[in-house]
Amino acid sequence: MKDKIFNILLFAAALAVLLLTAGVLYALVGKSLEVFSEYGVWGFVSNSEWDPRSATEEYGALSFIMGTLYTAFFALFLCIPFSLPVALFTGEYFKGKRVASVVSSIVDLLAGIPSIVYGLWGFYALRPVVISLGVNAQGFGVFLASVVLAVMIIPYASSLSAEFISMVPNNLKEGAYSLGATRSEVIQRVSLPFARSGIVASYILALGRALGETMAVTMLIGNTNNIPDGLRGTGNTMASIIANQFGEADGLKLSALIAIGLLLFIITALINLIAKLIMKKLSAV
Amino acid sequence: MKKATLCFLILTFLFSCNNKSDTDKESSGGITISGAGATFPYPYYNIVFRDYMRLNSDVVVNYGAIGSGGGIRSLRDRSVDFGASDAFLTEKELASMNAPVIHIPTCMGGIVMAYTLSGVDSLRLTGPLISAIYLGKITRWNDYRIVAINPNVKLPDLEITPVYRSDGSGTTFNFSDYLCDVSPEWEKIMGKGKALKWNAGIAAKGNPGVAGLIQQTEGAIGYIGSEYSLTLGLPAAQLKNKAGNFVSVSLASISAAAKIPLPDDMRTTITNVDSPEAYPMSLFTWLLVYEELNDGKRTLAEAKELVNLLKYIISPEGQQVAAKINYAPLSEEAVKKTRKLIGKLTYDGEILSPYTEEETDQVSSDIDTLSIKDTLHNER
Repeated sequence: MKDKIFNILLFAAALAVLLLTAGVLYALVGKSLEVFSEYGVWGFVSNSEWDPRSATEEYGALSFIMGTLYTAFFALFLCIPFSLPVALFTGEYFKGKRVASVVSSIVDLLAGIPSIVYGLWGFYALRPVVISLGVNAQGFGVFLASVVLAVMIIPYASSLSAEFISMVPNNLKEGAYSLGATRSEVIQRVSLPFARSGIVASYILALGRALGETMAVTMLIGNTNNIPDGLRGTGNTMASIIANQFGEADGLKLSALIAIGLLLFIITALINLIAKLIMKKLSAV
Repeated sequence: MKKATLCFLILTFLFSCNNKSDTDKESSGGITISGAGATFPYPYYNIVFRDYMRLNSDVVVNYGAIGSGGGIRSLRDRSVDFGASDAFLTEKELASMNAPVIHIPTCMGGIVMAYTLSGVDSLRLTGPLISAIYLGKITRWNDYRIVAINPNVKLPDLEITPVYRSDGSGTTFNFSDYLCDVSPEWEKIMGKGKALKWNAGIAAKGNPGVAGLIQQTEGAIGYIGSEYSLTLGLPAAQLKNKAGNFVSVSLASISAAAKIPLPDDMRTTITNVDSPEAYPMSLFTWLLVYEELNDGKRTLAEAKELVNLLKYIISPEGQQVAAKINYAPLSEEAVKKTRKLIGKLTYDGEILSPYTEEETDQVSSDIDTLSIKDTLHNER
């Protein structure tokens, strides 16, 4: 009897989560209909104008979609040279050793730092460096935001890929050693190919994380409503435009911001789905 | 089983959240007044509300500095008791509020062009120059047009980084209102509003955000409330007013700007007025309240407390605080008109706090002497 009640409660809790997700989606779609019916879905997504002045009001999401893609992919690119070695270090070279657990827990610690702290670090410590590198005059922009984002997603990418690398069967590696392969050859020819799809999946998850990051990016990207002029330029991401302008928005602008939220929701959901599919394929092997 | 109980508790909590706020209000004896809006007068409100809470220990006043645009929206959503804005509501906005809204001016202030430029302590600017900087037409500090009016200042060969507000802002409204007045080019390309479509520069949220960004960036310039530039020790440019004089922001120069005929509803801008002493980017800042305070949720006691708070702000005690932190107190005429406005507030159609004819006309002489007492700007 007790078991039955427990089952029912668990079922109810699970259902509640589903309902909650459906509710979020429903609210997002419902509130963004206004802007989609004004410009059409494609018209909204492909327009880079963002003009809040009441006389010439016009909203398009392209600048922010581009800003999001620029920062997220550049951050992903920057994070690979740091997270992959960490993953190999903890998952292969020093697997099970004390030093590996120390390194991996320190890297995991990076994931626990609140994003506002990253924002402050970027603002006060990293920005002067970016200025002295001559990226641009005031330091803010896609480049600075991406560097901070890269640091933020390192733990997500590295701990999951370390997991997959450590899952490579020993007999495969031993086979390679017995054929006279050196350690780096084993890693290149055996470990990495075997764990490849898992590593790809973990980077896709890290990308999903970078896409939605708000606070740190808002503090560092410059908050200008235009398609970023390359890595040196300033811009706004989908998350940061919402953070900046949601407070006072109403009417069509509110609808436009919610529509951007919906697009971000869809993009992140798709990315997670792709990562899941890749991992599923892997576990089936 | 413990887990099950916990789940159940959480669920009950979730479902009961809806009613929570109502019961809270009834059970506690104290009164909470909440407001949200402009960041420009936040340093002033911070102190004046604190003083009010000290005088009335059973009242709590909350103020969220979320920007003027946010304040207007919160008032319309009826999620706050008063909104705060540095831009008065346009006719269109008034119509969208569903019920009559009254503007209660609380003080005046000046928007300064604050900058960070090592070795440059004093700088003169004109409206057309500011316009050109924000339009991206002047991009370097040693541009001949800036040098021409600053012959004694050594300006570096450095890129100018204009900083503006990323959120909807009354400060932006007054800034653009001024520039529309002095620069036809600005009026044509940018126009005026709480949010604009910018061509150059970078953006930050709220007056504090812009101020912090200017402070941390060599070569940056931006428009912020004068109190923010003082707190961060940022130098502010002298601006050329309509009469052709370069003036810095001070109690006297802001007060001079308000010596114009004021409308009865107090919805007016005081940018770029004729007076030779006036600071050109001066502004009124308002608290916004619905004329009819019974919205179905507010009790009579709460409505009365709100009116008391408004009366306190425009009283000599309240206005004195403004003067101390570089906002200018309301002029005698403004206080008289504001008293009439507060007298309009009703609950269930009944006027809450009529000022008598005498009270309306009699204004403590304190305020006048205050507005003459000058320039904290230089003292600091």
